[in-house]
Amino acid sequence: MFVLAGSLGDTLRGLTTLPSTLMAEHVLAIKDLTVSYRRVPAVHHVDLTLRCGRCVGLLGPNGAGKTSFLKALAGLVPMETGTVEFGGHNHKRGPGSYTAYLPQRSAIDWDFPTTVRGLVEMGRYSALGWWRPFRQIDREKVDKGLEAMELTDLAERQISALSGGQQQRAFLARSLAQDAHVFLLDEPFTGLDRPSQDLFGQILKRLAAQGNLLIVSHHDLRMVPALFDEVILLNGELVAYGPTEQVFNEETIARTFGTHTFSGART
Amino acid sequence: MANGWLHLFYAQDMLRPLFAAVLIGFTNGVLSVFIVLRRLSLMADAISHSLLPGLAIAILLFGLAPATLVAGAFLAALLVALGTQIIANSTRIKEDTALGLLFACAFSLGQALLKLAPAHVGISEYLFGNILGLSDGDLYLTYVITLLVLPLLVLFQRPLLLMLFEPSIASTQGVPVRTLRYFLMVLLVLAMISSLRAVGIILALGTLIGPAATVYLFVDSFTVMFWVSGLLGAFASLLGLLVSDWTDLPAGACIVLVLGVLFLVSFLLSPRYGLFRRLRKGHLHAQSLARWEGEKSEK
Repeated sequence: MFVLAGSLGDTLRGLTTLPSTLMAEHVLAIKDLTVSYRRVPAVHHVDLTLRCGRCVGLLGPNGAGKTSFLKALAGLVPMETGTVEFGGHNHKRGPGSYTAYLPQRSAIDWDFPTTVRGLVEMGRYSALGWWRPFRQIDREKVDKGLEAMELTDLAERQISALSGGQQQRAFLARSLAQDAHVFLLDEPFTGLDRPSQDLFGQILKRLAAQGNLLIVSHHDLRMVPALFDEVILLNGELVAYGPTEQVFNEETIARTFGTHTFSGART
Repeated sequence: MANGWLHLFYAQDMLRPLFAAVLIGFTNGVLSVFIVLRRLSLMADAISHSLLPGLAIAILLFGLAPATLVAGAFLAALLVALGTQIIANSTRIKEDTALGLLFACAFSLGQALLKLAPAHVGISEYLFGNILGLSDGDLYLTYVITLLVLPLLVLFQRPLLLMLFEPSIASTQGVPVRTLRYFLMVLLVLAMISSLRAVGIILALGTLIGPAATVYLFVDSFTVMFWVSGLLGAFASLLGLLVSDWTDLPAGACIVLVLGVLFLVSFLLSPRYGLFRRLRKGHLHAQSLARWEGEKSEK
């Protein structure tokens, strides 16, 4: 147990954050990424170089490996082959705390005993380790995150007493408090009504404009041109990647959603 | 018994069980937060039954010595808990299936083994507890376990909170989620062993679920829930013991019944999450109005 205590402390303390000057020009370099579940590949040999300051849509049919791709970048499923690097940091031993993963909303226990502020404070734990009390700078980062996501007035609410869009923003505020630069969002628009979707889209754009990299899995193709600077079209393999106006067209959509380019072990 | 209960505070004999009950109540109360929030109630139920084969084997091999009984119980519970995790983590079988099967087998094995034991074994107090008959050994065991479990829970509060709330985000923040799950299981088994002699393995469940279930109906802060559940567990144990002394009913049962009554009252009357609050007219409307105003303010 005491061995565990030591290693956990090291893990939590060892996750350094990158200085903000680095973030704008940095790239997330994905080389030859393969993810498998029980030996069946879900994502095949993907090579991608993503630049910070973009809001990137991750598109593909059901079962195309979008969630697996995001989870691999977040270090939640092992990579069978390949490497992921960001600003000189290799993901081999897990992503740094500059990576924030937002799971699908249905995966969260919204009855958990925490307020919005409590949720955002959790973002500071990786910087603080498991001991140190909150400092002035931690409180400031929490306040800033709440403010940037326009949640200051709702900070003392229990998290189930928020609307869907507010809940998504609360998690973004947590990621901001964590000093994240790479945001991995799994279907964040699901279940939001139209006005909330528009507002959330604007907030994502704002985060990208501030130099962050956002990778957002999404399935509603009509909204794509309005939401994303760039798109990744994925169907097991990488079908296309590039600026939305160049890459997002009928031909690539048909190749991604129509034909089955998947070459893994299935029918 | 009219002036009876005050003697608890004077008589040396009564201070011991009181102290033990408060310690066990506090430790179990804090642990109950994790059981309630991680939805481990059924797991805890199963583990409490899994202690039986360990006890039976220990009786067969070494007789009724407390140390070996405890060791046997610990090993049996650990095997079932770890076996469940290993099966659930490495195959498509889900945790509840693995656990249900393993604990039924373990309990059956225990029952079968007990048949082989010499005719009369004092197993009933291990099942239902006997807080007034605690030996020095039992008491020391409770001290040691409390001194181990409580500081560890306090120390690991942050990573445990992250894991409880959302394991995958916790994992990206560097929390070793899987290790922490095993760790929580070990602490749970230790707490059960500590409760064994006092309230028995079945009634221990009440103190391992009741406090947090009650506090959960009042508070929206994990840290507050953590400490208040401990205090509530200690308070219920104290009150239960006093009620038991008053009424001459079994102590373990009284402690759990006190917790049950506290929960029932909270369930009905909690101002935030109680039943009556929900039934009151206007509540839903007020909530939706607040939500609507919140959404309006963001546009």
